[in-house]
Amino acid sequence: MKIQEIASSVKGTILVCQDENADVEVAFASDLMSDALALIQKNHEKTILITGLCNSQSIRTAVMLDIKTILIVRNKQFNEEEIRLANESGLNVICTALTMFEACGKLYSLGLKNV
Amino acid sequence: MFDQHYFVIKDDYANAGKVSTNIKTLLKQLGVDSNILRRIAVACYEAEINMIIHSYGGEIILTILDEGYVNLMFHDHGPGIEDIEKAMTPGYSTASKSAREFGFGAGMGLPNIKRMSDTFDLTTSTSGTRLKIGFKI
Repeated sequence: MKIQEIASSVKGTILVCQDENADVEVAFASDLMSDALALIQKNHEKTILITGLCNSQSIRTAVMLDIKTILIVRNKQFNEEEIRLANESGLNVICTALTMFEACGKLYSLGLKNV
Repeated sequence: MFDQHYFVIKDDYANAGKVSTNIKTLLKQLGVDSNILRRIAVACYEAEINMIIHSYGGEIILTILDEGYVNLMFHDHGPGIEDIEKAMTPGYSTASKSAREFGFGAGMGLPNIKRMSDTFDLTTSTSGTRLKIGFKI
């Protein structure tokens, strides 16, 4: 799925777009970055990180794992510094008001797979 | 041989991950394979976060050996790990509430660092902890 399709499916907005052609095939959802660092072990560049953790550490975690796209749930918003960091890091960031459960359900029904 | 020193400050959550990002960028410029680079970056980030959350601060030393190894030394100024066996158990955590609010403290850090690295050596006392990990590149 392209990020525009993902944003539409979760009624979200694209906050940062550094690679609009990024292809997302698998997803991992957690507010704990330690779990993401331990459990995402393949298809890194095709993974979307779904999280309610809205601070620089979700961005840093994506960078370490070579993940290109983050979906922030529960209507949380990055501040200006975090948006700058996401842009510098070459990421895509989508924001949605949906809860993590709802966002995961939508994306699962559209064919995204588990990591 | 090449080495570079970086400093880590206790509870400096605002800059958490900066050192690991710099090390990843440097090693990428040197042409390290992307799969190995990811393992190095994840292990380095976990250990950097551990220093910020659990220690009084310390130093990270990156060493690139001519023989094709990258070593990372994490040396802090205490207070040490009370029970290494427990700390190596997935899910065991002594992280504070503020660390958890920052997305860490799942108890996966040290086991994940060990899994990512080719060599792993951890020694601790009340005056400090030394973690040395190595990667064949």
